[in-house]
Amino acid sequence: MSNDVVEAQGLTRRYGTAYAVRDVSFTVGAGEIFGLLGPNGAGKTTTILMLLGLSEISAGKARVFGHDPMREPLAVKRLIGYLPDTVGFYDNISAADNLHYTGRLMGFPLADRKKRIAAALERVGLAEVANKKVGTFSRGMRQRLGLAEIVMKDARIAILDEPTNGLDPQASVDLLDLIRSLKAQGVTIILSSHLLDRVQSVCDRVALFNGGRIALMGTVEALGREVLGGGYVVEVEADGGKSIADRLAALPGVRTVSEPAAGRWRMTCDRDMRGEAAAVVVAAGGHLHQLSLDRPSLETIYTRYFQGQGPQREEVPHAA
Amino acid sequence: MRREGSPWQGLGVVVLKELSDHFGSVRMRVLEWLVVLTALAAVYGAIQDIRAVTAEDPFLFLHLFTTAREPLPSFVSFLGFLVPLMAIGLGFDAVNGEHNRRTLSRILAQPIYRDALLFGKFIAALATLSVSLIALWLLVIGLGLIMLGVPPGGEEMARAFLLLVVTIAYAGVWLALAMLFSTIFRSPATAALVALGLWLFLTLIWPALSPAIAEAVVWSENQATLVITAQMLARLSPSTLFGECVMAILHPSTRTLGPVYVSQLQGAVMGSPLPFWDSLMVAWPQIVGLVAATILLFVGGYVAFQRQEVRA
Repeated sequence: MSNDVVEAQGLTRRYGTAYAVRDVSFTVGAGEIFGLLGPNGAGKTTTILMLLGLSEISAGKARVFGHDPMREPLAVKRLIGYLPDTVGFYDNISAADNLHYTGRLMGFPLADRKKRIAAALERVGLAEVANKKVGTFSRGMRQRLGLAEIVMKDARIAILDEPTNGLDPQASVDLLDLIRSLKAQGVTIILSSHLLDRVQSVCDRVALFNGGRIALMGTVEALGREVLGGGYVVEVEADGGKSIADRLAALPGVRTVSEPAAGRWRMTCDRDMRGEAAAVVVAAGGHLHQLSLDRPSLETIYTRYFQGQGPQREEVPHAA
Repeated sequence: MRREGSPWQGLGVVVLKELSDHFGSVRMRVLEWLVVLTALAAVYGAIQDIRAVTAEDPFLFLHLFTTAREPLPSFVSFLGFLVPLMAIGLGFDAVNGEHNRRTLSRILAQPIYRDALLFGKFIAALATLSVSLIALWLLVIGLGLIMLGVPPGGEEMARAFLLLVVTIAYAGVWLALAMLFSTIFRSPATAALVALGLWLFLTLIWPALSPAIAEAVVWSENQATLVITAQMLARLSPSTLFGECVMAILHPSTRTLGPVYVSQLQGAVMGSPLPFWDSLMVAWPQIVGLVAATILLFVGGYVAFQRQEVRA
């Protein structure tokens, strides 16, 4: 039986003759953090709104826990917690009262609502300012209050649209920690962002949007292989030893080996191969000085993809 | 395509939230002051003149609502311009305010349809207006009781109550118009300005313009046809409809709101008052017109809101 909680098949949103989203298909598994990446206007938010039933689906279909967002929007909305880009609250009432309003819309009875709100505000670190007006809150506090709403709702899927946008580094780190804790609790998370390093640090899989379509999808490592031709870069510094470059290139999993300077080799590989590289140097009779690893960076993948350069070609592949 | 669940799920929650917002807002404080000052000014002006007329008038109490004393207008004239201002004041930022606060998508991501949000806002604003108008009505009647020292009769109370109901329907038209503009225009300032501009046009310019338009469009020498056409055109303005309702309700001798034909005068005792139900029948088309205009404008706002993309 499929473990997927969100399914999109050929999802399309058309405005007249223009396409905001075109033939987008993906699935998100239970407990997964799935990232939607892409430049502004790529179709990320429209896709999110279609999943929420807040935007019409022109063609294709979407299912959230088996529910159709167009026909059963209330069932879908009960399961999803949504944190929009630049979340807004009623500034003239307190954080707790804002949550009471959404709690009442959810249909929670008063006693249950109070417990949920207290627990949610505690969880996001806003318990002390529960009765302060939201108008006095910083952007980071508002984002956390948005997450508190998702926690209060006990949502099984959290959709976060640019959650770290405009936050200072510490607030971003705190928010990402909260997102990880949601995942640990079993919540499935769909995260849209253009801050790639932050997405990379929490996402299990990502979909790269371009012009309303999904251009690439998979784990960061898989995208690294696809776009960069081997996402891991291992650098080896050694002296002595014979035919180290050839020996390194012969290792299974190594895509390319180059020698940018004497006694220094740069390998692109499918995985972390520092152990095998060290063994090769020792076997070749060399002395190992330094071994370093660069994991595939989403930023590099993203930049490379949108530059249209495709897989890395500038280094001559040694491997067969 | 049939959607699951009731479109009114969450309606009560939205109404209570909006009511609490309205009652706690600065706008409500302003409304309260307007209510008190209007009641005082209208009753003061009317009492001075009513004391000068005979106390044997069977509809003495109704004069409280219609008597003007320069420079103060009558109570119903006050209502004629106060009610649209109050309604526009409560409705001009109903939807675009949510957009600008960026609360709309968050609220609509809860298990609630747009229907409930829009209708809840309308009901809450209309309830707020109704509370203000009822307070105003009670104030005027209370002050009238104290100052005239004469209790109103049953028919006077029925007519005064009908005036209250018609005033609430009149408020509904302007509220629905303001909410329509709050849905169409993203900026609350634009929505307010357009609504106020349309109110001024329909109240001041349109009644003066309608005879000229009637002359231009009706190719007839028949004066009655011209008058009827001009009147029908003027009735496109809610202010005209309200004014005609007031005429029929508060002046019991009013037998018709259109041209008077000889046939209508046969057997009539000139100047004698009509029974309450007959006056209601005279005003009925205008009352229906006000309610229909409210529904049409609300539906316009509803359709615009349903078709809108919710991104904020």
